[in-house]
Amino acid sequence: MNTPFTSSASAVSSILDVARVRADFPILQLTVAGKPLVYLDNAASSQMPQAVMDRLRRYQTSEHANIHRAVHYLSETATAAYEAARSKVQRFINAREAREVIFTSGTTEGINLVAHGWGRQHIKAGDEIILTVLEHHSNIVPWQMLALEKDATIRVVPINDAGELLLDEYEALFNERTRLVSVGHVSNALGSINPVKAMIALAHAHGVPVLVDGAQAAPHLALDVQALDCDFYAFSGHKLCGPTGIGVLYGRAALLEAMQPFKGGGDMIHTVTFEKTTYAPIPNKFEAGTPPIAAAVGLGAAVDYLCGIGMPAIAAHEHALLRYATEQLSALPGVRLFGTAQDKAAVLSFALAGIHPHDVGTLLNQEGVAVRTGHHCAQPLMQRLGVTATSRASFAFYNTLADVDALVAGIRTVQKVFA
Amino acid sequence: MSTDAKALYQEVILDHNRKPRNYGELAHPSHHAEGVNPLCGDHIHVALDLKGDSVERIAFHGESCAICKASASMMTAAVKGKSTANAKTLIHEFVDMATGRSAAQDSPHIGRLAVFSGISALPMRVKCAILPWHTLQAAFNAEPCVSTEAEADPMHTPLGDA
Repeated sequence: MNTPFTSSASAVSSILDVARVRADFPILQLTVAGKPLVYLDNAASSQMPQAVMDRLRRYQTSEHANIHRAVHYLSETATAAYEAARSKVQRFINAREAREVIFTSGTTEGINLVAHGWGRQHIKAGDEIILTVLEHHSNIVPWQMLALEKDATIRVVPINDAGELLLDEYEALFNERTRLVSVGHVSNALGSINPVKAMIALAHAHGVPVLVDGAQAAPHLALDVQALDCDFYAFSGHKLCGPTGIGVLYGRAALLEAMQPFKGGGDMIHTVTFEKTTYAPIPNKFEAGTPPIAAAVGLGAAVDYLCGIGMPAIAAHEHALLRYATEQLSALPGVRLFGTAQDKAAVLSFALAGIHPHDVGTLLNQEGVAVRTGHHCAQPLMQRLGVTATSRASFAFYNTLADVDALVAGIRTVQKVFA
Repeated sequence: MSTDAKALYQEVILDHNRKPRNYGELAHPSHHAEGVNPLCGDHIHVALDLKGDSVERIAFHGESCAICKASASMMTAAVKGKSTANAKTLIHEFVDMATGRSAAQDSPHIGRLAVFSGISALPMRVKCAILPWHTLQAAFNAEPCVSTEAEADPMHTPLGDA
């Protein structure tokens, strides 16, 4: 074995007791195609620890009713559990107040909420919205729909060949018509960690608010929305060891208060008559209808679980995995890596010479290795890279060096089939 | 399923992916169509010339995964020289086999194409295998373009008749 292996291996073992962590995830014991599951599609969705499943079960078994309405016992316990989850999320992202945490169905709804609630009020004909070429479709399409409606323009920050945003070009995009910046914290397709703090400071210097799409950052980095000084921050529960159908939009209280609601209905009103409705204060103004209460409670438990391990330990372990995987894949002939940013999350996008990504995905699955193949909902980025699709291995804190070895062995098998 | 999928790849790909038959463009074809799978980016053109009622010349080209390319290659080899009626029978038999609606042994004309019978156990890849066949059907029907994700998604709608 070469030296990097030894150094990476010891680095990993000293940061996190992975064997103990893995025991918390029943699904990791599965076999697929007769092989032990090697789950490397965490950027699409992460797995759920037993603690979160137990919390969901306890909620449904002994705490569930509708929230914010009745005065009976169960309604009170459900409301308390739901609001406790909000407070856990508030601490997780270091928001000033719990009411700055809006529960959504996921990142996509969070971005759409801002596009409708803030964008339709503030974006006018001729105005400009700054996005980046790294964005996921969910941080492109809502703004295109808004731009089409308002006759506004989308401006796009380019990247270099390593997958890093070009900050000079970003700065040059600002003018008196710039109204909003919406940028991903971490690229889902390449793993690039964008310098959002500096980008926010620059936008604020021009008086422009910033939404950060944190779908890929929240599971991997210690978050502090006050330190970032962002105006909005959106992320999803299911990429964070929580259930699907729940997400978070953080917004500055003053901005949220001035915004129009996105959805109308029950639970978001103060009083209703047929002449006029007055809206509830935040966060309820944005949570019309019965929310996914159980999913929110589950997200609260997921946040507790992650904090129990510690986000710095998670980030350090994943970084060691990334370093080892990058070394190993770079050493393989016929493998091209996409995205080599200095600051990077544990995502490896790659292509095998002469082999279509979908064939790679199918054959890796036969080895028990789950990767994502395709355009990763980032077609403009694929165009920039000059490919239609890539294969992507994305790691979580419960992955091991042995998982990387299984990926490498799987890639060799794929290459052998095609040899 | 594990060994089957690898066997499918090995058998089909070794030959047809690396040396596709009838690959290229056809000058002045009597029928042609373009097939796309927007989910994975597979994109192929099928062109053919009918002489009387039989497929005299046929060719395909495009960008696709190995399953789609091998399927297209074997399809062109199989229908060359056949009558349109026989070619259409084969289209139905292949699509039914690939989608798991019928077994290879119940498909009297399927022949060597039976190597694709294992694809029905890989639901995410069935569309890759049947895209060339739907494109051929579209060419016979004089439809210029067929998509796996449109209203005519072959996974959900029966094949139309020419």
